[in-house]
Amino acid sequence: MASVLEIKNLHVEIDGKEILKGVDLTLKQGEIHAVMGPNGTGKSTLAQAIMGHPSYEVTEGEVLLDGENILEMEVDERAQAGLFLGMQYPSEISGVTNSDFLRSAINAQREEGDEINLMQFIKKLDKNMDYLEMDPDMATRYLNEGFSGGEKKRNEILQLMMLEPKFGILDEIDSGLDIDALRVVSEGINKLRGQEFGALIITHYQRLLNYVTPDVVHVMMRGKVVKSGGKELAERLESEGYDWIKEELGIDDETVNAEDK
Amino acid sequence: MATELNAFELNKEEIIANANTRGESEFLLGKRKEAVDKFDSLDMIKPDKTKVDKWDFFNVTSPVVESSTYNTLEELPEAVKGLIDLDNSKNIYVQHNNTPAFLRLDEDLKAKGVIAENIIDAANNHPELLEKYFMTEGVKIDENKLTAYHAALLNGGIFIYVPKDVHIEDPIQMVVLHDDKDASLFNHVLLVADEGSEVTYVENYFTNLESSTEKINIISEVIALNNSKITYGSVDFLPKEMTGYVNRRGVASDDANIDWALGLMNDSNIVYDNTTYLNGDRSESDLKIVTVGRGETKANFTTQIIHYGKDSNAHILKHGVMKDKATSIFNGVGYIKHGATRADAQQESRILMLSEKARGDANPILLIDEDDVTAGHAASVGRVDDLQLFYLMSRGIEKKEAERLVIHGFLDPVVKALPIESVRKQLKEIIELKVLS
Repeated sequence: MASVLEIKNLHVEIDGKEILKGVDLTLKQGEIHAVMGPNGTGKSTLAQAIMGHPSYEVTEGEVLLDGENILEMEVDERAQAGLFLGMQYPSEISGVTNSDFLRSAINAQREEGDEINLMQFIKKLDKNMDYLEMDPDMATRYLNEGFSGGEKKRNEILQLMMLEPKFGILDEIDSGLDIDALRVVSEGINKLRGQEFGALIITHYQRLLNYVTPDVVHVMMRGKVVKSGGKELAERLESEGYDWIKEELGIDDETVNAEDK
Repeated sequence: MATELNAFELNKEEIIANANTRGESEFLLGKRKEAVDKFDSLDMIKPDKTKVDKWDFFNVTSPVVESSTYNTLEELPEAVKGLIDLDNSKNIYVQHNNTPAFLRLDEDLKAKGVIAENIIDAANNHPELLEKYFMTEGVKIDENKLTAYHAALLNGGIFIYVPKDVHIEDPIQMVVLHDDKDASLFNHVLLVADEGSEVTYVENYFTNLESSTEKINIISEVIALNNSKITYGSVDFLPKEMTGYVNRRGVASDDANIDWALGLMNDSNIVYDNTTYLNGDRSESDLKIVTVGRGETKANFTTQIIHYGKDSNAHILKHGVMKDKATSIFNGVGYIKHGATRADAQQESRILMLSEKARGDANPILLIDEDDVTAGHAASVGRVDDLQLFYLMSRGIEKKEAERLVIHGFLDPVVKALPIESVRKQLKEIIELKVLS
């Protein structure tokens, strides 16, 4: 049975300031949704809050994974339940090699005594790194340390491919990528596409969506989803920008700060 | 029992009489006499930001304890075997509390004139070399009350001499096993690398005791003559409630190089003084220290590199993790003397705090008496980065494990600098033990 991720009336604050003001969104396995919108409308906050970023406080609403409220879980439990957040700014962790980290992460999701076989792991890692056109020595380098922006993003997708979560939330995974890297990253996402994977792709730009075709496109403004549609919505945003939506909704300032001004 | 320092009286006659019964060389005996004569007039150490006036550095149960010796490495206790690469270790000295317990030195090295033996025998067997360097260029007997006390009570240690142009491939290792709660360690390490030579030396002070109220007063003098290279590694793991002074001193001549990688994992209260004199032109020193404080351990880590030579280079890197109620002071001093043109003094100190009640203080100091130099410092005291934890946990890794990974990563730059694999492994295990306990 396909899993479902339901975001219901989600309100989120950071430092006492409300950023998300009631987000509703339902994502099923087998679907890829894009969340678009201008800067400062709450897109990244949505991604971080679902995963449990320490700076964000959920004040209202729920996020249900197959009916269970994940907001009551620790961050690692959310991951073990099947969520993955591909981060815009992945942390650098010195002293922990990429491959050791990946193996720990995979084993964290397995029962004790059922750890992944080393040969299996290496085979899978080699295959995925090859697919993402990553330099083999990146497996033995420290996690993200000294990685370029593009390498970090590839590494996020590598983790996604290794961990095979139920749902991947990808926060501006396309920012700072050149066209080659964008293609490679997109191919990684497309490889996972199928009945056992759902994705929420957060992006400023249409360009990623030229490679990864979304089933549903959401537009966020003022901390809410204000419009949803099919992939043609993204295409229209690409050619016409966001003004027509603002006009349609009677909004001057689309950012979450709007009401403060 | 803590005794007021001022009230402590040295029993001079007893010290000299004890030394006599052990058949020590006239030279060492003379040094002891000099030390006891000067003791009363010398000042106590004054480590910056650590008050030691209530610390008892002096009262010992017994100046020397007798412990067993070993005929083969196989006889060593399991805990010690873990520190040694049994199959490949060619040069090893084991000291059991205060007793020289085992020695093996590669025949090839002996043939080349390399010396490695316990310091008391060495004073008899190699008087010329030992007397030239023992507490002359490195640490002076009358530097302070504790250096004199060290010379007076010296009860162990090693003398290593590497002749001109001899390159020693395999490390020389000293293991000091501390398993008698009455044993105090007044160890003296004298390591001399003659011109153009190279040596790697690693020492382990290792206890299997929970606690002991005895004293530690260790001095290492590391003398690198022109164009020689010394790599000095250490893992210290002595028990709580001991009180100590550990002074490791380097002296580098022209084009000489002294690299330190020290894992200071003692649970004892210790003042560490690690000073390197870059006397020679183009001399270099790289100093890496890692420490984990737990319980109520108090420690002061003062590291100094003093530049006299032109184009001399120094780099200090210190990483510490403090938990429970541990306190540590990191004083880092880069001192460039007048005339040391184009010297470069760099230092970095980082302390990671794991508990509200732990204390950490990092004080970088640059003293510069010369114009044409470069120098820099970085220091921080902070907590485990929430975002790093979030990142690791977002991949399903539990908080405790995520913290462990971050801490290991934080300490890794020093751990990986240790020159022997088995010692690296031991340091990792001690870190694991101390961080998770």
